[in-house]
This record gives sequence, structure tokens and C-alpha cells, in this order.
Amino acid sequence: MIETRHISKGFTDHSVIHDINVTFDRGKTNLIIGPSGSGKTVLMKCIVGLLEVDEGQILFDNRLFTGMSFNDKKTIRQEIGMMFQGGALFDSMNVEENVMFPLTMFTKKSAEEKLDRVNFCLKRVNLENVNRLYPAELSGGMKKRVAIARAIAMNPSYLFCDEPNSGLDPKTSILIDNLISEITQEYQMTTVVNTHDMNSVIEIGDKIAFIYKGKLWWVGDKHEILDTDNEELNNFVYATELTRRLKK
Amino acid sequence: MKSSNFGLFNFCNEFSNYCVNSRKLISTGLKKAFFTIGQYVMLMKKVFTKHDKGPVFRNQILTEIDNLGVDSLGIVAIISIFMGAVVAIQTGYNTTSPWIPTYTVGFTTRESIILEFSNTIICLILAGKVGSRIASEIGTMRVTEQIDALEVMGINSANYLILPKIVAAILIFPVLVCISMFLGILGGWFAAAWMNVVTVSAYYDGITLDFIPFEIFYSVVKTIAFSFVITSVSGFYGFYVHGGALEVGRASTKAVVMSSILIILCNLIITQLML
Repeated sequence: MIETRHISKGFTDHSVIHDINVTFDRGKTNLIIGPSGSGKTVLMKCIVGLLEVDEGQILFDNRLFTGMSFNDKKTIRQEIGMMFQGGALFDSMNVEENVMFPLTMFTKKSAEEKLDRVNFCLKRVNLENVNRLYPAELSGGMKKRVAIARAIAMNPSYLFCDEPNSGLDPKTSILIDNLISEITQEYQMTTVVNTHDMNSVIEIGDKIAFIYKGKLWWVGDKHEILDTDNEELNNFVYATELTRRLKK
Repeated sequence: MKSSNFGLFNFCNEFSNYCVNSRKLISTGLKKAFFTIGQYVMLMKKVFTKHDKGPVFRNQILTEIDNLGVDSLGIVAIISIFMGAVVAIQTGYNTTSPWIPTYTVGFTTRESIILEFSNTIICLILAGKVGSRIASEIGTMRVTEQIDALEVMGINSANYLILPKIVAAILIFPVLVCISMFLGILGGWFAAAWMNVVTVSAYYDGITLDFIPFEIFYSVVKTIAFSFVITSVSGFYGFYVHGGALEVGRASTKAVVMSSILIILCNLIITQLML
């Protein structure tokens, strides 16, 4: 479980997120949704420690993450897997080396054990025989799947995904969404997904936090979101002609 | 009378505005400079920490020796041979007086190459080649979130990315410079032999005359300092890139310019201290 308590973050002259209190549950796919520029990415970066919060606390299973020393944070970070928007695969390494990287850096496994784990993770994300390919040779969807494989290589307790289906076609998006959801339940991870894709919300949203103008506006699940009377959330959910027609 | 007073008033007004603006510009520039120096020092503090995994670090150093050093061997060799030949020809051209012994050409070529050319000029060239490579490589990693990915994993990204480059450059650049010295002197010998600048025996006499081994040590010390400057400054500019491709290009240019300026400055300081 991940908990944020009154966290705020701003840059020089303006506040980006303000007083966010939210809990992300274990074994659930927790979504952070909101329009572009609402502060979703900043919130996620604050939670994983890429940005220091100005105020408030972040707890990973009741362990206070904010204010920890670099070495203490390192212990928690080794329990975190993160999938970035563009995949953030290391260009100089092939797929196998990318997925093996955290294992090489943080475990004392033999080369064979590491290779077994890499192949297992790649198989889990439905990728086989791509070990020798470089990121530049992969499609968008494959990059995302390799990124997920790398994120789960260390068997993390927490999985973060930043816009996992941006730039993907609807079919591949659903594949990625379902993969994230399955992995979450399979390994009982606390998964936090940053998205503004309504398909993802309906598909995998076990718990949804709606961020609007840097504030936590609404919390619920995929069933509640369709019937909410929150005006801002409704404007976001039913922003397209298709969703408005579906509602009718 | 009134109009001349008005003109004087305008001049004073403009001059005072100019002074205020200049002061503002200087103070902003100074603030920016101190901020950059502080940021650089903080980064170096992060760079010089214990590496996460020894064997990985050793592999990275070997890779960087190949990328930064071995890949630069070609350009270093070509420039050294031709520069040595040019130094010999120009020295021969300027020493036509019968009072100046012919071995001066060899002697001057050797001294120029060992004391200045092979370390400073080659390092300036390496600042362009290697510096831009480092800044753009690390900068691209920053804008594509690869550095964030390292940080999230709990890896000290500054240490992981920059330290192997610094160590590799400190190990391989002196070797490149020694090769450059040899090839530069050889280039002078080619000029002597084929372009009739001086006789080969006179050139040989010149390059063996009054040789002081300390000069090689001085040259290596300078190279080590320049290696650190090139890799750390380029790493710094790459590491703090914000934005996209345009900013990566800018950082790469800044890295080369700043490394070159610092090399010249270090050259002056070390020369004053050691000679």
C-alpha cells in the first residue's frame, strides 16, 4: 500500500500539486487520471522520489519515504518497478541486457539464473526471440512490453506506469492494460498507472484518483466513475462525442 | 540654450539607464556563473562516490576506453603526423640564417610537440570529439528518461554514467598523447627526409639534443588535468539538459566551448606551476 499525506509540490513561481491525500491499495490497479497539465506526472514523480515534495509525507507500506537518506531510499527503490512513457530502455543495450540490468546491479545471481529470469519475464509479457534486438529495432508496443518486463524483473512490490498506452493503437493499448492488470493480481503488487485514456479506466480501473488543477478531485472505481455527478470529472470522462453518445 | 540642456539631460538619462542595465546584467551573469559552479561541484560530489557494483564498473571503464580513446586514435594520428611535418617545415623556413645550426629544426619540432602541441592541441581536438559525444549521449539519456529510470532503480546515475568516462579518459588520453608525440616527431622526420627541409641526420641530432624526460612528465600531468576537464564538464552539461533535441545540441556545443576555455586556462596555470 502506498499512502500520500498532504503532499504539495511547486516550481519557482507556481504550485503544481496541492494537498494530495490518497491511498493506493495492494493487489489493485490504481489509476491517476486527469487532463493534461493537471499534475499527474508530477504526483507520480514525487511518489517514486524523482522529485522532492515541498510538503507532506509519502509512505510505502507504512515506511516513511520522504526525508529518507539516499541509501535508505535505495532499499525501497529496489522494490519499485517503473515503466516510463517512452519505455526509457537503454539504447546501448539489447532487450536481454535491458531486462537483465537491475538483476546485474542488485543481485548476486549467476549468469544462467539471470538469463532464466529474463526469459521468464519476456515470456510473461508475450515477447519471445527478441533478446538480441536493440530498442531502436522495436515497435512502440514491444518497447512498452520490454519496459514492463524490466520493471518486473526484480519481482517488485510496487509498479508504476506513466501513460502506458500513449502512442499505441486501441488494440495494443488494451493488451498492455490487461497485462498490467494481470501482473498486478498475479504478484499482488501495488500498481499505480498514470493515464488519461478512458479505455484504460473502464478496462482496469480498480481504484481511480481524479486530479484536477493540481488537487485531488474525486476517488472511486470504474463503476462509480460513470455515474458520478462531479461536474469536472464528467467533463473529463464525457469529453468525446463517442462517450457522450454511449452515455445516452 | 534650452535645447542643449535638454540634450544633456537626455544623455545623462540614457547613460544612467545604461549603467543600471549593465549592473543588472553583470549581477545576473555572476549569479548564473556561481550557480553553475555550485551545481558542478554538487554533481562531482555525487560522481565521486563508491560505485554500486565493481565488475560492472570495470566493464564500463573498458567500454569507455574503447569509445573515447581507441576510437580517437585515427584522428590523433593523422593530425599529429601532419602537424609535426608542418612545424618542421615552418621552423626550417624561419631558420635560414647560416648562424643557426640545422639541428634547430629537429630540436624545435620536438620541444613544440612535447611541451605544447601533443597535449594541449590534441586535448582541444578531443574536447570537440569526445566532449560533444559525452554531452549528447548523457543529454539524450536525460530527455528520454533513461536517467530517471536509473534513479528509480536506486542507482546513483551521476556516478554510474560519468565516473567511468572520467577514469577511462584519465587512463587512455595520456597514452594517446604519447602516441601523438611519437607520430608528431615522425611527421617532422618525413618532412625533413622528403621535402628537403634539413638533412635526416641533422633532424635526428636535433631531436636527441638536450632531451629532458621531465618534459614528458609535464605533458602527461597536463593531459590528465585536461582529461578530467573534458569528461567532467561535458558530463555536467549533458546531465542537466532539460527539453528536447534542440537543448541536447546546445548542451553539446556548450560542453565543447567550456571544455576548450578551461583547457586553455588550466594550461596556463599548470605551465606556470611546473616550468
